[in-house]
Amino acid sequence: MTPTTKLMPVLSATWDQDDSFTLEGYTRNKGYAALKKALKMQPDEVIQLIKDSGLRGRGGAGFPTGNKWGFIPQGDGKEHYLVVNADESEPGTCKDVPLMMANPHVLVEGVIIASYAIRANHAFIYVRGEVVHVVRRLQQAIEDAYKAGHLGKNIGGSGFDLELTLHVGAGAYICGEETALLDSLEGFRGQPRLRPPFPAIAGLYAKPTVVNNVESIASVPAIVANGAEWFSSMGTEKSKGVTLYSLSGHVTHPGQFEAPLGITLRELLEMAGGVRAGHQLKFWTPGGSSTPIFTAEHLDVPLDYEGVSAAGSMLGTKALQIFDETTCIVRAALRWSEFYKHESCGKCTPCREGTWWLVQMLKDLEAGKGTEADLEKLLDVCDNIAGRSFCALADGAVAPIISSLKHFRSEYIAHQTNGGCPFDPVASTIFEKASL
Amino acid sequence: MTPEALTEVEMITVVIDGFEVTVPKGTLVIRAAEKLGIQIPRFCDHPLLSPAGACRQCLVDIEINGRAFPKPQASCTIPVENGMIVKTQLTSPVAEKAQKGIMELLLINHPLDCPVCDKGGECPLQNQAMSNGQGVSRYEGVKRTYEKPVAISSQVLLDRERCVLCARCTRFSEEIAGDPFITLNERGALQQVGIYEKDPFQSYYSGNTVQICPVGALTGASYRFRARPFDLISVDSACEHCASGCAMRTDIRRGKTLRRLAGDDALVNQEWNCDKGRWAFKYLTSRERVAAPMVRGEDGELHETSWPEAIAAVVAGLAGKRAGVLVGGRVTREDAYGYSKFARVALKTNDIDFRARAHSVEEAEFLSSTAISLHTNYLDIDKADQVYLVDFEPEEESPIVFLRIYKQVRKRGISVSTNAPIISSGNHKLKAVRADISSVQLTEKSVILVGERAAETAGTLSAAKALAEKSGAKLAWISRRAGERAALEMGVIGNLLPGGRPVSDAAARVDMATAWGVKDLPTTAGRDTTGILKALSTDKSLGAVIVGGVDPMDISSDALTSLLDSFVVSLEISHSAVTAIADVVLPVAAVVEKRGTFVDWTGKPRSFDKAIADALTRSDVRILSMIADAMGAPINLPTVSATQREIESLGVWDGARASFTLVASSATPTVSGSEAMLYSYRQLLDLGALQMGEENLAGTARASVARISAARATALGVVDGDSVKISSQTGSVTLPVLISEIADEFIWAPRNSVDSQLIPTLGITHGSVTVVKA
Repeated sequence: MTPTTKLMPVLSATWDQDDSFTLEGYTRNKGYAALKKALKMQPDEVIQLIKDSGLRGRGGAGFPTGNKWGFIPQGDGKEHYLVVNADESEPGTCKDVPLMMANPHVLVEGVIIASYAIRANHAFIYVRGEVVHVVRRLQQAIEDAYKAGHLGKNIGGSGFDLELTLHVGAGAYICGEETALLDSLEGFRGQPRLRPPFPAIAGLYAKPTVVNNVESIASVPAIVANGAEWFSSMGTEKSKGVTLYSLSGHVTHPGQFEAPLGITLRELLEMAGGVRAGHQLKFWTPGGSSTPIFTAEHLDVPLDYEGVSAAGSMLGTKALQIFDETTCIVRAALRWSEFYKHESCGKCTPCREGTWWLVQMLKDLEAGKGTEADLEKLLDVCDNIAGRSFCALADGAVAPIISSLKHFRSEYIAHQTNGGCPFDPVASTIFEKASL
Repeated sequence: MTPEALTEVEMITVVIDGFEVTVPKGTLVIRAAEKLGIQIPRFCDHPLLSPAGACRQCLVDIEINGRAFPKPQASCTIPVENGMIVKTQLTSPVAEKAQKGIMELLLINHPLDCPVCDKGGECPLQNQAMSNGQGVSRYEGVKRTYEKPVAISSQVLLDRERCVLCARCTRFSEEIAGDPFITLNERGALQQVGIYEKDPFQSYYSGNTVQICPVGALTGASYRFRARPFDLISVDSACEHCASGCAMRTDIRRGKTLRRLAGDDALVNQEWNCDKGRWAFKYLTSRERVAAPMVRGEDGELHETSWPEAIAAVVAGLAGKRAGVLVGGRVTREDAYGYSKFARVALKTNDIDFRARAHSVEEAEFLSSTAISLHTNYLDIDKADQVYLVDFEPEEESPIVFLRIYKQVRKRGISVSTNAPIISSGNHKLKAVRADISSVQLTEKSVILVGERAAETAGTLSAAKALAEKSGAKLAWISRRAGERAALEMGVIGNLLPGGRPVSDAAARVDMATAWGVKDLPTTAGRDTTGILKALSTDKSLGAVIVGGVDPMDISSDALTSLLDSFVVSLEISHSAVTAIADVVLPVAAVVEKRGTFVDWTGKPRSFDKAIADALTRSDVRILSMIADAMGAPINLPTVSATQREIESLGVWDGARASFTLVASSATPTVSGSEAMLYSYRQLLDLGALQMGEENLAGTARASVARISAARATALGVVDGDSVKISSQTGSVTLPVLISEIADEFIWAPRNSVDSQLIPTLGITHGSVTVVKA
């Protein structure tokens, strides 16, 4: 079957160039031209442009980016801040890190335009601490942008000033939650804040703040350069534009695939050379580990916000983790649960205690010690966690468990009848059995 | 809330479980439900702390104008809105299941050690697990355990495995006390309350965290494993430690005080108290308590005797002598009245004073003319634009006043200034600045809080009064001890009779003489404490003295010597410097053993009943009445109740107040070289007599240091931690230095702390000293 939707590289258009990450390379590819254009517009026009483009937040929730900018009260006499959420930490999610590696300047340019639009004179990029290579690359890009006059005082003679601070996190998944990120950025422990007030009213240092995902901000220069119509002409009715799909796992050619929203996994797999040779698709995540899993029956679900949602999951970060038939679903659910237990911030009861308990139950189930009744208990505990916690972390923690039970209940039972896991864990790895 | 305030606030009507309730805008759903008597279970919620939404126990279903929230909401974080319909666990199966689910999760890691836990029997977790839990646990795993307990200070112990991580303690410490010395650390299931690596939980208010802990995670070292709540008899009481006026709860088991807690009084201490009020009660059960009346025999020793014999000895000793009365500042209003009436009727003298501390004629006039009619109160602080502190350290000398100021500093950013030459750690939390009394700018919304130490510098009280009159600011006088306001109102001072009646006013004297059924009352104003001591020692115009609860060392280093040549009757709860030299010692009831009333700095009385119902000790007033009877000059105050009735019947003086001759401020002496001006006050936790025997409490007292400015430190060649020697003509103290925000010409040292008892050593508490590197 031939793909009906083609790749549409915008963000990733220059990634194959050796010097795509340098200021020189970026400028050669018409980098910072959008900035020039934006600085000649009124800030409100820029906001309107982004609204018109239909760009929605690429961090997972899909909130319209232009509307978020529009929430910042203008003329309030307060400082405004732009904070870029580069704390990419979800299992499976791997779009922002390669983007920042290959083209840090597009993010910097987006930051400047967005700050200009919301009238912020200080922006922050909060980057995950473990990705030191990205940190270094961003640091260099920011330094180069300062030297080139794209940052600092009176940018491009426009009278607009902007300081850009790169902040390195200390390795906590919760800091990807925007209010926890703000607390962490302020120097506190990263734990989510009570809302309201929302960041647009009282965010960083209690000032109006926009928090955007890396990909959202990096999408801005192209929209400014090519127009809202260009962007909104791509994608589907309510999910406009192009985006990065990250294929990983049991796939022949894993990587980033930039395409209009609404492409299907069947089309993407086609481009990625299919599931690894000799194997079949068993299950996959549409948007990272916190989105309910899909199976082969969902291959033709349009991967846009509405399509995935209608099929019972979430587009999330478009992190398509592919698992073939060698993978034990119980083991996968346990691994994910261990991640959430480790990353729970501890603030609220259901997440803190619930993830602790889920891991123990899944370990027993994996070891074949569970019964049918235990599956009901597991589901009931998930029900007592989902929608009961302070932030969405716990919802994400139970999503793989509930969805895996929905699709593969019999496999859970098989662990009991088999007296342990019926799978060979080595078979699901890329290693040869002999090498272990 | 005042009626005017009510009309200003928009009211919102919501429906909860089918019942309408109208509450002020901003009210949280959980509070609105309380108004209907609907109890939503909760742990992290506390009405005086900012919402946390952490425990998730209070989940309810909410819809607004027909639009339902997709999932249950924490009712402790959501304010009411018009058109809101709330369904709690009583009407929503979803909310009920959500709550039961949360409860189960809270319990999976909670030890079921209720039978040995202090909280068992009064535990919100235990109670709500019964009312809102599911009875059995489905958890089969291994519970989280920790080393236990961890002493986060000498008085607060932490059992981490019991903690439900509600963050009440950490929020209290940060938001209410301004002492963020405990915090949550680690994450996930390992999150726990902790202290900073090397800094224990040294807050004067730490006991409140034990009280508001909804489980047994925080316990008081002194109470741990001492009692079961259901074995205790709880009695409302009043705190005897300072003039803040806290409502208290005293818990008694088999006649012994085991625990004291902050009581609720929204207008005064809200729900808080200080650690001294909470934990300094070992003196009640001290071995030093005087058990029976004692009379000094021929052998020079005190011998226990019967009450009739002791009373007879008092009468015999007083016969033919002029006597004065020295009353400490810790008496109840009833006892104060007893001393006052006893002096006038039985001893026929106005030689009576409650000021067992530095005092002056200026102060006596200020108190009797001005302070006695002041009613500035906590609400005035709540509304103030500015608070000016005159020789008053709120955190050290009236800790609940501090909490109230801190609340407004945090909430409204009100400004605080002080005439002290130093910004103490407490005042630092208030962001206080130094401002001279002659130049500070106040408005009629400002509040001036004058401490008892204002009497130590001539002209200060006059200047404070003038400042209040000039600016229109509200004035208050705050003594350090709990009984001084009542003593003033009851006339335990030479120039006043009870009810503020000036001795100098003939009509006032007639008033009281009539009420007391005596022909006349002494006409000349009485001597003050200094005058009485001088009359006993130097000119011998007094030959006897009745001493009620006075430590002479609080007055001066030679005060005790002044008593040696006289007939001394000591009314005391414990053996002291005075009982050691007294001719007759009469044991009196301590605060938990009697009825009475304390009057706080605002003039608000708080009456309390006997906490120990079958206590045999007698209140001072009853003993004084017995003596008066035996002297043939009865004061007819056989019980505290009778005394209360008599005080009620007298009313207060509506005639002219006593006069106040303003005193000019003296110029501050200049110092040079190794000279410095000494500035001192008593710290809240120090060597005070009522703190005796409570080592856990003493463990959190602030270390004794000498505070000097950076300039002086440089001049002396010392750094933090080096020692300096402070010397006066009579002695010296040596203390480690702490460089502080203090005027260069001053040095500060604690007045009555370990290694720093200024009266017995330096002989002075303020004035010129020399400071050298030790």
